[in-house]
Amino acid sequence: MIDVPRIPLGGWIEAGLDFLTGHYSHVTRAISRFTRSNISSLNDLLMAVPPWAMIVVIALLCWRISGYRLGVFAILGLSLIWNLGLWQPTIQSLSLVVIATLVAIIIALPIGVLAALSDGFNRVVMPILDFMQTMPAFVYLIPAIPFFGIGAVSAIFATVIFSMPPAIRFTALGIRQVPTELAEAADAFGSTRMQKLLKLQLPLALPTVMAGINQTIMLALSMVVIAAMIGANGLGAEVWSAIQRLQPGAGFEAGIAVVILAMLLDRITQAMKGREAAR
Amino acid sequence: MSDDPQSQDGVRIRVRKLSKVFGKHPDRALALRDQGLDRAAILERTGDTLGLSNIDFEVRSGELLVIMGLSGSGKSTLIRCLNRLIEPSEGEISIEGDEITRMDAKRLRECRRRHFSMVFQHFALFPHRSVLANAEYALEIRGMPKAQRQEKALDALRRVGLEEWKDAYPRQLSGGMQQRVGLARALASDSSVMLMDEAFSALDPLIRRDMQQELVGLQRELDKTIVFITHDLDEALNIGDRIILLKDGEIVQVGTPEEILTRPANAYVERFVEGVDMSRVLTAQAAMRRPVAPVTLDDTPGEALARMDEGGVDTLYVVDDERRLAGILERGAVVRACAGEAPSLATLIEREVPRVLPEEPLHHLFPMFNKRSYPIAVVDGEGRLRGVVVRGAVLAQLAEVGREAPSPEPVPSLAPLDGPSATGVSS
Repeated sequence: MIDVPRIPLGGWIEAGLDFLTGHYSHVTRAISRFTRSNISSLNDLLMAVPPWAMIVVIALLCWRISGYRLGVFAILGLSLIWNLGLWQPTIQSLSLVVIATLVAIIIALPIGVLAALSDGFNRVVMPILDFMQTMPAFVYLIPAIPFFGIGAVSAIFATVIFSMPPAIRFTALGIRQVPTELAEAADAFGSTRMQKLLKLQLPLALPTVMAGINQTIMLALSMVVIAAMIGANGLGAEVWSAIQRLQPGAGFEAGIAVVILAMLLDRITQAMKGREAAR
Repeated sequence: MSDDPQSQDGVRIRVRKLSKVFGKHPDRALALRDQGLDRAAILERTGDTLGLSNIDFEVRSGELLVIMGLSGSGKSTLIRCLNRLIEPSEGEISIEGDEITRMDAKRLRECRRRHFSMVFQHFALFPHRSVLANAEYALEIRGMPKAQRQEKALDALRRVGLEEWKDAYPRQLSGGMQQRVGLARALASDSSVMLMDEAFSALDPLIRRDMQQELVGLQRELDKTIVFITHDLDEALNIGDRIILLKDGEIVQVGTPEEILTRPANAYVERFVEGVDMSRVLTAQAAMRRPVAPVTLDDTPGEALARMDEGGVDTLYVVDDERRLAGILERGAVVRACAGEAPSLATLIEREVPRVLPEEPLHHLFPMFNKRSYPIAVVDGEGRLRGVVVRGAVLAQLAEVGREAPSPEPVPSLAPLDGPSATGVSS
């Protein structure tokens, strides 16, 4: 056997990350401060509303866009969370999910559009997305800490990276699925690229884009829970402390709260997608 | 850019030496073509498909030009080269003297907005837009103010009879109605040329007939230049002013429907129009249709005018009490008569009308149709009006019979016109 020296892949990556943290930490720290203030103000805003009022508002919202069943489910589920004393961690998790999803969508939509319109760009992006999705989610947490420090911002960074791919993929897919004849019609009458995109491709892709956003929200929620390992507050932190103290009851309570939150977010976005498609 | 849309020679679009290669080495493929290799050999050598080769033709102002060929003949590629939805590999295309093939993206867009509208086989309506918003599309992207473009779009919808449906969505309409919206969208754009890609092929036969007639009517009325693609010989003969026959990416014959039928350029065309010498046994009776209810000599000009409006025609046959053909009335004469003091119809009619017996062979009828003439009257031995033959019907009938096995006795395709219903005119 020839003695092949071990490739120092890990060493290279660390050197790269060290370089980035060494030279760009002022940038990342600034992003960190900005994001942290956004998270806490959203959190404060949501916490300022008394839980019962919040439950009524969410239930009404569910009733309006989906139906009375989801409204009833919202009242029961959220009341249970309140009753278990998990209201604050639930709101913390929700704030993280909302902000992470917004950031993910803002980044993902333009990338998805570009990937749909340019085959070359598509060929570059798709493998990167594969990488982002299959890399175990925990791994993103490690470099997040030197960039953004312990806590919510690192959680959001890792969450955005982990949850963005479906929004990109579905956006690209939705636009590519627009029938050729329709695209030809838009071209034949002399549309500019932007007109074709805004008047034809995006409106037709909307249900598919919404399906991607739904996926992104679900992934974000799961990641937000995992992010408790690097000090993010919320339901994940409850689970994490239950593990460390070996309290299965408390662990399941927090877990059930996650499930309720997930179901509500999922059904609401599904219903929005359905409405778009039926229009 | 010439300001006069009807340029001096009446040519709107000129296509010179147009070729299209699908594949990675168009130059090599074209070089092989110049060495005399055919499509199959070029495909084998280079892996490229020669879609179109050395196409030359003109589209004249105000004509309905049909490009006809079987699938794979390159007709869809050809129509898409005209507005560069497909980029030609070589050759020149110019519209009113402007060379489309040399335009940059911006000028091409301007050119498409000004000159081209398109109607698609599967309608290609925008499903998320209402019927009105679909019809508005071409004007909207040019930045026309909303009120103005809605008015124009409504005009176009009115023309195709869909004004009532303006707020509906395409999926709520039948296929025929959807294609009317497609037509309205193209009409509203006010383009100088309308490209129609197998526009009626997805419709069922009865509706297709109606649409063909309507298209011909619209074209006469609006003086549109239309390039129409089809694989259907009946359709081509029925609506075309001229027909270009395409095979394997090359033009086989260009000519009027009559020329294609009577003087096929080669064996291929001959096979295409096979059975056409059936015209020797086909008679006027087979192709004749019920006339718009004729008036009698006792009717007033006002009644005649009402009858014309009802039937949507500009000429009307006049019969005497015995239902014998007396002559033909033209709208202009009737309108003038209505405006002034109204003389009797007898003074207004044109008595020299071409007329044939039911047994007259159809091919004798061709020369009798000079351009824009009225239908030919079919009369029996006693001179009684039995029916009329319109130009399109002759050709359609020939084509239809050519398709089926010839029967010794020609079977009329339309309801026979004998019997009291056809004669109950002045009741």
